[in-house]
Amino acid sequence: MTMVEEPITIIPARVGGVEVELPLGSTVLDACRRAGADLPTLCYGPTMTAANACRVCVVEVEGSRTLVPSCSRKLEEGMEIRTDSERAMHSRRLVMELLGSASELDRAGPDLERWMRQARAMSGRFGPAEPETPRVPPEPGHHRPPDTASAASVAEPARVEDELYVRDYGRCILCYRCVDACGVEHQNTFAIAVAGRGFDARISTEFDVTLPDSACVYCGNCIAVCPTGALAGKIEWDMREQGTWDESRQEVTRTVCSYCGVGCNLDLHVQDGRIVSVTSPHDHDVTLGNLCIKGRFGWMYVDSGRGV
Amino acid sequence: MEDTDLVVLWGSNAREAHPIFFHHVLKAINNGARMFAVDPRRTSSAEWADVWLGIDVGSDIALSNTVAREIIHAGLQHHEFITHATAGFDEYAESVEPWTLQRGQEVTGVPAAAISQLAHEYASASTAQLCWTLGITEHHNATDNVLALINLALLTGHVGRYGSGLVPIRGQNNVQGGGDMGALPNRLCGFQAVADPELRGRFEEVWGCSIPGEPGKHISLMHEAMDAGELRALYVIGENPLQSEADAQTMQRRLSGLDFMVVQDLFLTATAELADVVLPAAGWGEVDGTFTSSERRVQRVRKAIDPPGDARDDIELISLVAQALGHHWPTPSAEEVWDEVRSLSWMHEGMSYQRLEDLGGLQWPCPSEDHPGTLYLHGRLWEEETGPKAPFSVVQWVPPVDTLSEEYPLRLTTGRRLDSYNTGVQSGRYPSPRRIHGVLDLSPEDAVGLGVLEGDLVRVVSRRGSLEAPVRLDRSLRPGLAFMAVHFPDDTDVNQLTIDAWDPKSGTAEFKATAVRVETLVPS
Repeated sequence: MTMVEEPITIIPARVGGVEVELPLGSTVLDACRRAGADLPTLCYGPTMTAANACRVCVVEVEGSRTLVPSCSRKLEEGMEIRTDSERAMHSRRLVMELLGSASELDRAGPDLERWMRQARAMSGRFGPAEPETPRVPPEPGHHRPPDTASAASVAEPARVEDELYVRDYGRCILCYRCVDACGVEHQNTFAIAVAGRGFDARISTEFDVTLPDSACVYCGNCIAVCPTGALAGKIEWDMREQGTWDESRQEVTRTVCSYCGVGCNLDLHVQDGRIVSVTSPHDHDVTLGNLCIKGRFGWMYVDSGRGV
Repeated sequence: MEDTDLVVLWGSNAREAHPIFFHHVLKAINNGARMFAVDPRRTSSAEWADVWLGIDVGSDIALSNTVAREIIHAGLQHHEFITHATAGFDEYAESVEPWTLQRGQEVTGVPAAAISQLAHEYASASTAQLCWTLGITEHHNATDNVLALINLALLTGHVGRYGSGLVPIRGQNNVQGGGDMGALPNRLCGFQAVADPELRGRFEEVWGCSIPGEPGKHISLMHEAMDAGELRALYVIGENPLQSEADAQTMQRRLSGLDFMVVQDLFLTATAELADVVLPAAGWGEVDGTFTSSERRVQRVRKAIDPPGDARDDIELISLVAQALGHHWPTPSAEEVWDEVRSLSWMHEGMSYQRLEDLGGLQWPCPSEDHPGTLYLHGRLWEEETGPKAPFSVVQWVPPVDTLSEEYPLRLTTGRRLDSYNTGVQSGRYPSPRRIHGVLDLSPEDAVGLGVLEGDLVRVVSRRGSLEAPVRLDRSLRPGLAFMAVHFPDDTDVNQLTIDAWDPKSGTAEFKATAVRVETLVPS
């Protein structure tokens, strides 16, 4: 096989009356962002095939009966797109409110905060959140009859099963990104899947065994794509619980992993002179944001009481 | 890698040792590529292969020669490429002629049909990547093993094209960069020969001193010089040879017998404990510089935190040692050192720190600041003017030095596990839930034969030493083959067993092929 330069076809379209031109294969979301629209996304990840799960990115496309998920719909010539029609805005607001009523979103980052503010989405609109019910064991797919006095939620105690990961599924919005990253998109380990249906669906290991007993290889590539903090490194999760995690005091330094010779780029997140988290840039062509257990966690020797 | 039609992993368990490289292999597989795994163990990498060739340890040249003969007899060699770009085909073809499929099967343990399938698919694929790691190079005939694989690429034209190449995957973050910088006995940086007076002269001019024209010693020759009492002092930087070198008892004797040893490291390693002087070094995350990856990509590494205590950058320590010896060395920044490299090594000349920063790295050769770097090598072989022809090498199969016998009937091979690294100095310091501590992996068949169960403590004995380890059953092993990881020298030091027979061309020891017996211990 030889590298063939394919001619790039340019697709013209309009977003809110603004003319945009993007290469063939671009999405409606790409076009909206090119036109300057600050469209929310949650399940969409730039290194992954759109899962089409969360629906916070829907927009109006002229001639389309239903709202269109912009992250997955390919841009077509002459599309007339509106991001701010009443129907689209109402739908996006409702989705964010439903997600916010069912899941803790306070660690989903500043983007979602801004999007919810812009949409005037109120997480508490459906009543007080259901109190946390420690399901022991919290079986995925197990049906609980709704408690009509409060808004149904996915609240459950965080699962702290080892020194590297925490699975805090009370924050999960079932966006599928972790499942896809563990599966065919990146890692191909298939340690987790969605178990159960409807509101009872949960992310689960095989037979809901603990992570150390599962097929997990601790690459943390699920953590890397989780948009809500439902999956987190233990150090970060502990610091957030203690209230000491402070991104405004963190500096990020890009370097290269100190283990094998593949050349994975690492971003070292340093707070108060200590590495508190290691990630990889999603736009790096070696890693696409992915690492192995050594890259994501093996750096701890740096801070292991050295001194000869 | 992603766009290739066929992947051969030969002596590489990339799924565990190079997981992110394996992501790219998986993309190829998910794009429809075929995969062959040549490995004594049916590793987690081999589980992804369409065909696994379970080769007997140390028979790689026999397999390669058999594959070559089959390709030639089927008329599948790339005639045009061989004529245009290679030399020595006739002699090579003659040398592989005795390697019938039947003989190949007898020597390698791989079924003739599987050998034939590899030959036919590799030769017929429009593009193919042939990848290897230490399964090829940790043998007493390491260089010949590599030449045997290069022969296959030359025979089929799978080199120097997009999607077709020879891929040695480097095991360490900067082992490529170390070689590029001249950390080799016979080369200065940019692989310039020490023996060439003109090349050497350029360095002498910049450094203001004379450089010996005689190549130095590689590590195995250093060992011999220690044995002969010619090498009396050692300066060890960032290495733990007491635990990483083959035949640990001999190593212990060598290092203890030195007049003087300096160790410069992040930790008080087992080697450092034997040293007369230990210099605390600043390490990864604490210093600036570059690493060069397997794909010749030079990337910046950066300081993120301050080193602890008195630990200092290696550059500063080396300068201070030089000053203490009476030389007027400055203490340059990492960038100043790099710019000197660029001024002396043409292949690095175009790689300024600014460009490395802006482009996220560059692949050598990159001879000028307007050069984009080089995605793959040897493309010249496909051009009208090829330059020097690529030579076939006649290589003969020689079995491992440590022969199997009635007394030592099991073949022990060594390697890495997913979460660990080399002697564990770094990787032993994070709480991995996947850690498998020092164990002896046995095939279920051999365990039955020995009458041992998983977890039973056994004694493993080689011609050089012995150790005790619990048994772990591993279905990836064929009967007669045992495995130990190299990561836990403090508990189960596999180098008590390994042999320091080494490759005369590269100096690499034969870590991969030890003859052992397993003795059961009476339960206490």
